[in-house]
Amino acid sequence: MSAVAAAVHDLRVELVASGADVVDEINFELASGEVLGIVGESASGKTTVAQALLGYARRGARIARGQVCIGELDLLSCNLEQLRDVRGGVVAYIPQDPVAALSPALRIGAQLDDVLQRHAPQTAPAERRTRILETLEEVSLPAQESFLARYPHQLSGGQLQRIAIAMAFAPRPRVIVADEPTTGLDVTTQAHVLETIQQLARAHGAALLYVSHDLAVVAGLADRVAVMYAGRIVEQGSREQIFHAPRHPYTAALLRAAPRFGDAGTLAGIPGWAPAPGLRPAGCAFAPRCRFADETCRASAPAPDLAPGAHAVRCFHASETVALMHERPEPAPPVELSSIGEAALSMRGIVASYGETTVVHGVDLDVAGAECVALVGESGSGKTTLARCAVGLHSQFDGSVTLSGIALARGARQRTAEQRRRLQYIFQSPYASLNPRRSIGRALTRQVRLYFPVGAGEAQRRTFELLERVSLPAATAARHPGELSGGECQRVAIARALAARPAVLVCDEITSSLDVSVQAAIVNLLQQLRAEEELSLLFVTHNLALVRSIADRVAVLSAGRVVELGPTAQVFQRPQDAYTRQLIANTPVLEEDVQLGVRMHG
Amino acid sequence: MTRLLASRLAWGVFTLVLVAVIVFLATQALPGDAASAILGSSATPQRLAALRAQLHLDEPVLGQFWHWFSGLVQGHFGTSLAARRPVSDVLGTRMLNTLTLVVVSAVVGLPLALWLGVRSAVKRDRVFDHVVSVGTLTLAALPEFVVGIALILLLATQVLHLLPAVSLLQPGVPAWEQPKALVLPAATLVLAVVPYVARIVRGSMIDVLEEEYVQMARLKGLSERVVVLRYALPNAIAPAIQACALSLAYMTGGVVVVEYVFQYNGIGAALVEAVDNRDVPVVQAIVLLIGAVYVLLNILADVATVLVTPKLRTQLRRARRPAVEPSLATELPR
Amino acid sequence: MSAFRGAPVALRPGAGVLRRSETLEVLGRACRLRRTQLGLALFGLIAAIAIFGPLLAPKSSTAFVAIPYSPPSGAAPFGTDALGRDVLSRFLAGGHTLLLDSLLAAIVGVGGGALVGLAAAYGRGALDTVLMRISDVLLAFPQIVLVLLAVSTVGPKASLIILMVGLSHLPRTARVIRGAALEVVERDFVKAAEACGERRWRILTADLLPNVSGPLLVEAGLRFTYSIALIAAIAFLGFGPQPPSPDWGLMINENRIGITAQPWAVVLPIIAIALLTVGANLATDGIARTVSGIDRGSR
Repeated sequence: MSAVAAAVHDLRVELVASGADVVDEINFELASGEVLGIVGESASGKTTVAQALLGYARRGARIARGQVCIGELDLLSCNLEQLRDVRGGVVAYIPQDPVAALSPALRIGAQLDDVLQRHAPQTAPAERRTRILETLEEVSLPAQESFLARYPHQLSGGQLQRIAIAMAFAPRPRVIVADEPTTGLDVTTQAHVLETIQQLARAHGAALLYVSHDLAVVAGLADRVAVMYAGRIVEQGSREQIFHAPRHPYTAALLRAAPRFGDAGTLAGIPGWAPAPGLRPAGCAFAPRCRFADETCRASAPAPDLAPGAHAVRCFHASETVALMHERPEPAPPVELSSIGEAALSMRGIVASYGETTVVHGVDLDVAGAECVALVGESGSGKTTLARCAVGLHSQFDGSVTLSGIALARGARQRTAEQRRRLQYIFQSPYASLNPRRSIGRALTRQVRLYFPVGAGEAQRRTFELLERVSLPAATAARHPGELSGGECQRVAIARALAARPAVLVCDEITSSLDVSVQAAIVNLLQQLRAEEELSLLFVTHNLALVRSIADRVAVLSAGRVVELGPTAQVFQRPQDAYTRQLIANTPVLEEDVQLGVRMHG
Repeated sequence: MTRLLASRLAWGVFTLVLVAVIVFLATQALPGDAASAILGSSATPQRLAALRAQLHLDEPVLGQFWHWFSGLVQGHFGTSLAARRPVSDVLGTRMLNTLTLVVVSAVVGLPLALWLGVRSAVKRDRVFDHVVSVGTLTLAALPEFVVGIALILLLATQVLHLLPAVSLLQPGVPAWEQPKALVLPAATLVLAVVPYVARIVRGSMIDVLEEEYVQMARLKGLSERVVVLRYALPNAIAPAIQACALSLAYMTGGVVVVEYVFQYNGIGAALVEAVDNRDVPVVQAIVLLIGAVYVLLNILADVATVLVTPKLRTQLRRARRPAVEPSLATELPR
Repeated sequence: MSAFRGAPVALRPGAGVLRRSETLEVLGRACRLRRTQLGLALFGLIAAIAIFGPLLAPKSSTAFVAIPYSPPSGAAPFGTDALGRDVLSRFLAGGHTLLLDSLLAAIVGVGGGALVGLAAAYGRGALDTVLMRISDVLLAFPQIVLVLLAVSTVGPKASLIILMVGLSHLPRTARVIRGAALEVVERDFVKAAEACGERRWRILTADLLPNVSGPLLVEAGLRFTYSIALIAAIAFLGFGPQPPSPDWGLMINENRIGITAQPWAVVLPIIAIALLTVGANLATDGIARTVSGIDRGSR
């Protein structure tokens, strides 16, 4: 290994107001030319660690303790002027959302030039111009003056992320901090952006700290991986160690929760959710969700334990974790396709548009009784529009939607109450789809009484029944959406849809705002409900890997057209369409040898 | 740009016509009619009939409106009932006086408000911000006449005797050559308008300072000066423009009370007089004038907003319809 | 709803959570801020004078007490006014009209504005366009000018002034509420209610209204403050209560000529109006801060 480019020692960042820890006891080293991946779910503190590498803490938080050394320099003992020399010049930051990170009032060229002018003040303007154009070429953007004269809103998300990358690499920094730089991007764009970052870091010998919630992305990129949970690094080691022989139960559970291409088995969720700063329990923060947890775990926090090969873990039960990896999740309950051939929901020749822009160009799609059809597409493919046409939320379309053979009117309001009841829709964002001022109980009884002429007592009884069906405690009824976690809210949204006793459920990206561990639990719930209630599902998603675990058939949507439609296994193993093949190729996957249980050891 | 201007102008003309309709209809609510209101109960039937004919009161409502409106379009505002002279004669110099007062107040007040707003945002939650916040909050609540009379008590009568308590203008001399008479009325208007603009500017500046591109600019190692002036300020300017335009429009209403307090000879004081005398043509003319100023400021503000916002500016080149809503900021002053 | 009470679920506290009555919750939290307390104290003091003053006035508000503009004396603690009447008695008797009229005007303006704003936001399309164009036109009149326009034809009637002040608030409140409601309409739970075929007025009252109650509360405070300022100004111009009413605004107008000789007749009502408006505004700002704090917390 070459020289240490950055070293973090015993770092603590806390909230100014409460003194609660955002992250604590963070230790890692980053060698020149090395890629360190930091993996964690939301609120694990991974972005805080990333920004601390620039000696920065967001408003309301402060770096309370520790050392952040870049080369010989400890950033935390620097004054502001020295820090500014380092930021952008020696350590560069690639932000999560490039659209928000570029000033809408300044031309691209000016924003690029500002960095160079700041960190290479001796260079002449013409020289800087040449350097900027070179960098544009490196990130595969048109190296033209006219391109530099554009404003951020005139570029696409992928192009903006390339600009952000160019901005980071232009001053030739020694360390690059990339904070989930591909989160908002489609898989195809994501693949290109990842490749660019990797290439540039290699070409310039820069150390790369890559922060992500996506295990598959990190698996394909990082030399070493640090797994974060509740503000601590719970496990740290080489890529092989983390993905093949995890020692922390959380890492193992995360791997089991991640959907994979080659495996149609059930995903294993982790119960509960990650605690936010200020609400973390004493002892090991993962204990409430950990099956190995005992009194020791709840009383005291484990110190890092170093195994051979610099594989560090914070767990009293590191030796038992292997057992978790051996376990195979229960297979999905078989769904009897009793009524194949008879379509529950049928869409014919759907052409949908917004104003003068047509986004869906003639789509035919059937969902049979108790069947799950996945509708997969990238952003802008028209998948959400198509789903909304089905339920009558988008009424500007031609073509026909039929439910059990009966043609439906375009708008939801023009349909009969019975038709609306039998076709239910679940939204992407669980918080946005529930009225924040209405308690869960009232929301559910309201829904029951909207469709069934029952008294208050019966409606309440059904409400409790519904909560039970989605595995929520009865006391949830007294809560408001803001008091629940994202996963719980999505369960409530599912319960609300079930209240109507529907025949067909349209799920629009319902797991995309959830953490992987929670996503797995929601997908399992849907599978179980489908088996029990003979529900038909139209499962809309951009996540190709997730489809493998849930769908019977897959429809791939591209630019408003279905380019491929077939049984799930067939589409994954022998994709016919070029677009599907490209989509599959670009989706980052956990390698085939990173397999669970039987296949790995047997 | 021409297309934008044209559409804004069309909106302005449309609004003005509706304003005229409202003004006309309001005067129709008169119990009895204008003639008896003007002449009082002692009027002889002959004089009443003569005045009705002169005011076209014997025509149907639509006819009356048309008479009045077509006169407006040609620049005839009618005849003042009190002064028995054309309204334009009565208001000519008074308009100039009011214009002087408003311009002086704006030139002093708006830069002050912008500075206060930006500085409080940058110094957020520090002493400066708190002082400005309490100060603007207090001043924003006070009616102008309270501020005006307080200034008279402090600076002109009870405490100090620096300035005249009333701002009687010498006839025949332009207002801007009588600065002593201008100070107190202008100060009152400034105190009425600064809090509003300063608070809007502070709010929009704070929003912008919280944006990720400002954080990113800091993470690029740029100095705080560059971050604030180059990355934050240009993005906060559009709401500031709208706030300034609104505050100017608001001043045209504020002058009514301020001019009355200081007996300053402008259209505000004229409006109070005319309402007192039930001088309908003068009331109509002044109200229309104030409406026209509002419409004009609105158009200017929208055009300026487009010019300082690259996204709107570039869309304009391609799209047929302007992306701006023909309306002002959501929070409006009194 | 008592049936839903039970053992607490594992909560995710920390998020700005609002329970049963949001309005009460907001007011309760706002009252913990110092500026709200100060504002309410100031406002309460003057409001108490306005309400109970008529009972406490030592003399009739119209009786001749001493020669005009007498300085303070035993008989008239704050001297006499331009017509020789007791300043203190007139001050005590003159506040309740202002307070009551302002309250009514604020109710008219905020009530009407909320209705128009919600209807425009939810109705969209043509309804929205028409309502907003009308309010654009009304906005072309500064508030005081709109009131004066009406007064110039009908005359200084209290009911007219209340109505016109309310009407002048209406488009302003409507814009604010429409803006707040548009954000709510865009949220998925409204779409969910649409997809379920929930009745429109129920969506309006049960989904939209509770979610704009924060801004609505702030608007109510703001409009009440402005009503006081506006109605006092109209009285000051001489178009409010007519002599010999002891109204504060009118009192200032009647006595400002003698401000050098006997300032109390001007100073007392000026201070009262100032404290009333400043108090109301401070309290409103406390509410506004609470509302925006909660909004930020729950995001």
